[in-house]
Amino acid sequence: MQFPPASGSTQMQVQKLPTGIEGFDDVCQGGLPIGRSTLISGTSGTGKTVFSLHFLHNGIKHFDEPGIFVTFEESPLDILRNAASFGWNLQEMVEQDKLFILDASPDPDGQDVAGSFDLSGLIERINYAIRKYKAKRVAIDSITAVFQQYDAVFVVRREIFRLIARLKEIGVTTVMTTERIDEYGPIARYGVEEFVSDNVVILRNVLEGERRRRTVEILKLRGTTHMKGEFPFTMGTHGISIFPLGAMRLTQRSSNVRVSSGVPRLDEMCGGGFFKDSIILATGATGTGKTLLVSKFIEDACRNKERAILFAYEESRAQLLRNGTSWGIDFEQMEQDGVLKIICAYPESTGLEDHLQIIKTEISQFKPSRMAIDSLSALARGVSHNAFRQFVIGVTGYAKQEEIAGFFTNTSEEFMGSHSITDSHISTITDTILMLQYVEIRGEMARALNVFKMRGSWHDKGIREFVITGNGPQIKDSFSNFERIISGVPHRVSTDERSELSRIARGVASED
Amino acid sequence: MSPRKTYILKLYVAGNTPNSMRALKTLRNILETEFRGVYALKVIDVLKNPQLAEEDKILATPTLSKILPPPVRRIIGDLSDRERVLIGLDLLYDELADNAFSSGFLDSVDEENDTPDPESPSDS
Repeated sequence: MQFPPASGSTQMQVQKLPTGIEGFDDVCQGGLPIGRSTLISGTSGTGKTVFSLHFLHNGIKHFDEPGIFVTFEESPLDILRNAASFGWNLQEMVEQDKLFILDASPDPDGQDVAGSFDLSGLIERINYAIRKYKAKRVAIDSITAVFQQYDAVFVVRREIFRLIARLKEIGVTTVMTTERIDEYGPIARYGVEEFVSDNVVILRNVLEGERRRRTVEILKLRGTTHMKGEFPFTMGTHGISIFPLGAMRLTQRSSNVRVSSGVPRLDEMCGGGFFKDSIILATGATGTGKTLLVSKFIEDACRNKERAILFAYEESRAQLLRNGTSWGIDFEQMEQDGVLKIICAYPESTGLEDHLQIIKTEISQFKPSRMAIDSLSALARGVSHNAFRQFVIGVTGYAKQEEIAGFFTNTSEEFMGSHSITDSHISTITDTILMLQYVEIRGEMARALNVFKMRGSWHDKGIREFVITGNGPQIKDSFSNFERIISGVPHRVSTDERSELSRIARGVASED
Repeated sequence: MSPRKTYILKLYVAGNTPNSMRALKTLRNILETEFRGVYALKVIDVLKNPQLAEEDKILATPTLSKILPPPVRRIIGDLSDRERVLIGLDLLYDELADNAFSSGFLDSVDEENDTPDPESPSDS
């Protein structure tokens, strides 16, 4: 009766309330169950308070649903200040009577306990506030702090149980935060999960290869479906963003429009250029010319008055500009014209999820038609395979969604000879792979270029020589008489002239 | 003679729960037997006046709040721990100090009671 009227056959099912938190509604397949309580559990500093504030903020801003924030730890003033750092103007919402911060923080003067008590005062205050502000969403931060205010654990437990029953009766959707001690231990302290057990969301902040990685996991949503497993998230300037990789649908439109690589001969090798919304990976050892290909790709966009964005994780801005100049490319001018944006960062400066968030934010603001990351492998340093794979899927998925041509580079470990391009999990999600490598010929190091793979298009299977000159790259056919180039130690094929001639003759005959 | 102290007390209760009843009874008893001075007691039912609980940021019931004389003190529970209540209200020390003046006056009893229940506990 307290539930909002549902239509037709869905009446009996659990209705969900969208949280509006990026990605979270995908993970819980619609939102949090309406009219129920959800436990948000995590160790200290996992973003529980931010999550609950974000939940309320979105409710007010996007759904016009007033909210009540019950704070047991921080003062209301601190909460308003902290929220401001995410760009949320909660002060204004408070003034408009859309948000009420119920101050249940401990009395600084302390209190004496003389005999048995209950928490009717708290329950009635929450009840009163919900009715007064017509609230639809309630956040309680945190249940653990209630236990810490009183010694009588069993009383608090009974009273929280009573509070939850009351909230359910009123029909508000509630999130309650609770603290836990171990990232992979019991759900919550004081056995809170035993009585708020309908829905449990766990936030984690795990140290992984000397870096912090935040993940969210929905442990259960009673009576409804959700995605399982841990999903990375960040707390950026706009609050919480979750990257649900499995939820990313492979529905990207594919385009037959080609874009130039900036190197005419390479376009020919690719059957007319790269596809407009494809992901191109240039892989090769250091110095094989990956950054040059990136630069040409970017330059071509800018020459056509299209915007391009370059994320550089290996070289500083000054180095990039200098290198560009040595190939006759003036990045500085392009930036002044507003068609290029270069972002340089140390891969170690922040976590991968934050890098992804930065990339997304920059792209959404600059709206480029092409992007480049030089190099992707620099970002793979010191992070787990899984985290890196999720990052790559996140970037490529976003690029495809925005229909941006993405050019990534991968610095391979092997200096010469064959190298595995599958080991970084990135080969399968790229549409085009360009392989660059060193070849030893007549006592000299030459560079070889090969279009290793190109989805949905004819491409040149030949291995070409790749020469870097003052005017940029040149692609030549000089390797036609060699074999085993990929191994790094090619040798000349001594073709028997007679058999070669007869082969050509046969070819001519069959064409007729 | 020591100046008579003026006490302002608030007792937050939640309806007629046993805890609330006990707290009120005990408090009355203390005020009648061990307290010398002027006092005003206001009994507030949080079920009926949650906005007052909100103003004073009351969480637990029963809560006895001593507004005057300073400092403001809060005692939660059914007040069955009589000694703690006396300490909390600064009555025990007064008793020690006032021992010399054995004859105190129970001057006036200002009592406000905003629980308009028919079975108001004032007849206890």
